Amino acid sequence: MSNAVPVQLTMKDFKSDQEVRWCPGCGDYAILAAMQSFLPELGIPRERTVFVSGIGCSSRFPYYLNTYGMHSIHGRAPAIATGLSVSRPDLTVWVVTGDGDALSIGGNHLIHALRRNVNLKILLFNNKIYGLTKGQYSPTSELGKITKSTPSGSSDAPFNPISLALGAEASFVARTIDSDRKHLQSVLRQAADHQGSAFVEIYQNCNIFNDGAFDVLKEPETRDDYLIRLEHGQPLTFGADGSHVVTHPAGSFGLAVGEAAATDPADVLVHDAHAEDPAYAFALSRLAGPDLRHTPVGVFRSVRRPSYDELVRNQLDAAKAKAGEPEQDLAALLNSGDTWTIL
Amino acid sequence: MAEQREGAGQLSEHPDPNEHGHPAKEVHQLDRVVIRFAGDSGDGMQLTGDRFTSETAQLGNDISTLPNFPAEIRAPAGTLPGVSSFQVAFADYDILTPGDAPNVLVAMNPAALKANIADLPKGGTIIANTDEFTKRNLQKVGYDSNPLEDDSLAGWQVHKVGLTSMTVGALAEHPVSKKDAERAKNMFALGLLSWLYSRPHESTMAFLEKKFAARPELVAANKAAFAAGWNFGETTEGFAVRYEVPPAQMAPGNYRNITGNTALALGLVAAGVRAQLPIVLGAYPITPASDILHELSKHKKFGVTTVQAEDEIAAVGVALGASYGGSLGITSTSGPGVALKSETISLAVALELPLVVVDVQRAGPSTGLPTKTEQADLSMALFGRHGEAPVAVVAAQSPTDCFHAAIEACRIALTYRTPVILLSDGYVANGSEPWLLPEISDLPDLRVEFATGPNGEDGKFYPYLRDPQTMARPWAVPGTPGLEHRIGGLEKADKTGDISYDPANHDFMVRTRAARIEAIDVPDVAVEDPSGEAKVLVLGWGSTYGPIGAAARALRQRGINVAQAHLRHLNPLPKNLGEVLAAYDKVVIPEMNLGQLAQVIRARFLIDVVGYNQVRGLPFTSTQLETMLEEVIKNV
Ligand SMILES: Cc1ncc(C[n+]2csc(CCOP(=O)(O)OP(=O)(O)O)c2C)c(N)n1
Ligand code: SF4
Ligand SMILES: [Mg+2]
Repeated sequence: MSNAVPVQLTMKDFKSDQEVRWCPGCGDYAILAAMQSFLPELGIPRERTVFVSGIGCSSRFPYYLNTYGMHSIHGRAPAIATGLSVSRPDLTVWVVTGDGDALSIGGNHLIHALRRNVNLKILLFNNKIYGLTKGQYSPTSELGKITKSTPSGSSDAPFNPISLALGAEASFVARTIDSDRKHLQSVLRQAADHQGSAFVEIYQNCNIFNDGAFDVLKEPETRDDYLIRLEHGQPLTFGADGSHVVTHPAGSFGLAVGEAAATDPADVLVHDAHAEDPAYAFALSRLAGPDLRHTPVGVFRSVRRPSYDELVRNQLDAAKAKAGEPEQDLAALLNSGDTWTIL
Repeated sequence: MAEQREGAGQLSEHPDPNEHGHPAKEVHQLDRVVIRFAGDSGDGMQLTGDRFTSETAQLGNDISTLPNFPAEIRAPAGTLPGVSSFQVAFADYDILTPGDAPNVLVAMNPAALKANIADLPKGGTIIANTDEFTKRNLQKVGYDSNPLEDDSLAGWQVHKVGLTSMTVGALAEHPVSKKDAERAKNMFALGLLSWLYSRPHESTMAFLEKKFAARPELVAANKAAFAAGWNFGETTEGFAVRYEVPPAQMAPGNYRNITGNTALALGLVAAGVRAQLPIVLGAYPITPASDILHELSKHKKFGVTTVQAEDEIAAVGVALGASYGGSLGITSTSGPGVALKSETISLAVALELPLVVVDVQRAGPSTGLPTKTEQADLSMALFGRHGEAPVAVVAAQSPTDCFHAAIEACRIALTYRTPVILLSDGYVANGSEPWLLPEISDLPDLRVEFATGPNGEDGKFYPYLRDPQTMARPWAVPGTPGLEHRIGGLEKADKTGDISYDPANHDFMVRTRAARIEAIDVPDVAVEDPSGEAKVLVLGWGSTYGPIGAAARALRQRGINVAQAHLRHLNPLPKNLGEVLAAYDKVVIPEMNLGQLAQVIRARFLIDVVGYNQVRGLPFTSTQLETMLEEVIKNV
């Protein structure tokens, strides 16, 4: 199929005729709106864009976009999308999933899609709760979280999705927040441009079952002290008027946060999203504590390595280059090996 | 040539006993022989059996083979669990099974003798490798005294041959290690058996050249071992008679010997070619289905993509995703894998997309007997999903039939846009028989059309508006401008495919999905009743075809009438099946399960059937079915 021709589309073109059915105030609305207004700028025709989702509130996403879409089954979207992507390199395939969908029932598919580096843009809407099933704790809920299924507090330690994705060899790992449209779109843009798996964790507010989970990252009073905005090539400085910095203390595996005033500027880390060694991005992913203080957002890691799709396609193309007329090749194949003739 | 080296025996390219100054041995003609090669897993018995089969095929005999693998990859050497065997039956007429019992047992060690002797009828021939009958090896398998030396084998004809020592002796001048020389003993055995049954050896020579191409010294050594075995047969007093089994009357054409798994994989490739569609196989390794993945991964030039997925669920997901994108999505597995795929198959039912799920059945439940055969996944194939989720089910009846069954499964999946479960089993998957190679142009045309534009009279696109003939919805693949739409597992409104919670719509859609499967056009089931006077019908499905057919044939030869019908389609059932069943006083259904087809037949047709069931991990013997059927016939 031919290469993408830039087409002039608008946000309206990407809205489907389906009534959006999330709870009023749900963070999913903001993500949808950000996506709908962002898609036109990619210049990819609607028919070449496919959204595949699992099950959960978040996974209703494809119904609301006027592209191709599949609302599949719980946790399996990365697997289904792998089959689509590997067989249809002309398509742009997005996976929309939730913290339960991606990290609990579908954890296996997620890590394997990332390790293979399948050409998928995977958006994990992390609300730290099971929304659709009405409020059980999820694999990202904090230890001690009180929910319907954990009236005495959860005894499960949570996953850190960014650390998990990095451990799974993801070539693009980012985090953003539902309420910051500009940041969200800038991350989506970079994800869309990435060849291979792009993993984006989106902090999403479930105002019904886990309201305010990310408020400290949003409120004007707290956000500057809590958020670290990652920009490739920029020093890791944050806080009101750049009051704080991130450093790599000698002799430590991890990173540390210090006061800018007390730090030699030469010791302030400069963000390198393209660092080959994932240890750096991993250390960044461990900066935030359970209270979300020092949460980096932006692209943690973006490196180029061959995508699964490319590698598979290369092998297919090499084999096909030697192919003749298919039916003749088939006749030759059937007749191969030790054959004999009865007259 | 290696054969001409000193000590390598006298076999030349065209062995002729007289040339070498030995008196020609007496030659007896036989119409059918069954040989079982048995040894330790490391003894190369599968390869030996394969080679003997190939030589036999070249000669034009009809053949049927049955390998028997140990469940462990490397059980301790010399133990009973480590015994691997390969049975080959060949005849001058068309045969349906690898034989109930061998005539000849090649036992490479005491374990092989002990594990197989019970199957060898008295009077049969044993060729035993005396070198391995050491005190230690005998003790390992619980022989108190050497059966080759006491009189416990008195009822059989025993040939004691020092296979290992003679091989090592024959290779004394060869630049190979002692270990490599010992390992060539299977070629000595093959040479001996090839001489004994007058098999042509050219294909084995060619095979060795290819197999050891990188190590010419091994080519020479193995050829020499083969020749030594051949010449031993010719010179030893031990073998007074040589046998011939003349070629069978077979339909003219080109043949090759093929296993069920290979035939099935080639059927899938052929379906892709005839549909002009790329194939995407998602699979996770599992015995006895892995060979389908292995085979398909070789055929990229036909546009076949194979994805070895992280698990069975992902494997079927990959296949379904590929089908959504306009490829023919296939997943191959065995029963435990089908269980895992169940939820995704139901999604495919809701999405109404083509999907082929190959289940090479093995003995269950759970890990069961993973290398043994069974037919106990029929109920799962028919009913093993949540909700009302009917799918088409087809079964392969013999190794070569796997090719055609695979094409039929793809035809149904593509034409009717439905998941199809294709049932094979360990018996047909690993067994082999000669295959009359089809003409490509005789294979069905499987081309389908993708939707390219709106299908509604109002100029809109309706993803769930059906073709009145096939009841299939349009296959509108991503990338098609103007047909953007969303599908999913939530219940859909008829025609529009929009989410619908309407009770009446759900009832309608459930019934429609059932009607879609019922409406699949499947050929009538054929009945074989040569006399037209049979009162008893034996009905089978899948791999019981061989033993049932052989039993029916044996009965008829004895003047006893019996009718036989065999089902390729298990869902939907052939339209004439009710009529066929009603025409007989009794219907007998032999199955390698506890009566799964019998249950369906009873429920659907309200007739009583006689079930004959065995779950021993082994195929039925034709003798056992013959005895059973005779009993039933006597009592009607
Ligand atoms: C096989 C299966 N098990 C369980 C469910 C029920 N279920 C639906 S969504 C969900 C959890 C969703 O949580 P998450 O992925 O975090 O999505 P959210 O609703 O929070 O967006 C569960 C358990 C299901 N649909 N399928
Ligand atoms: S339950 Fe939570 S996540 Fe689901 S739609 Fe409502 S607010 Fe959104
Ligand atoms: Mg959630």
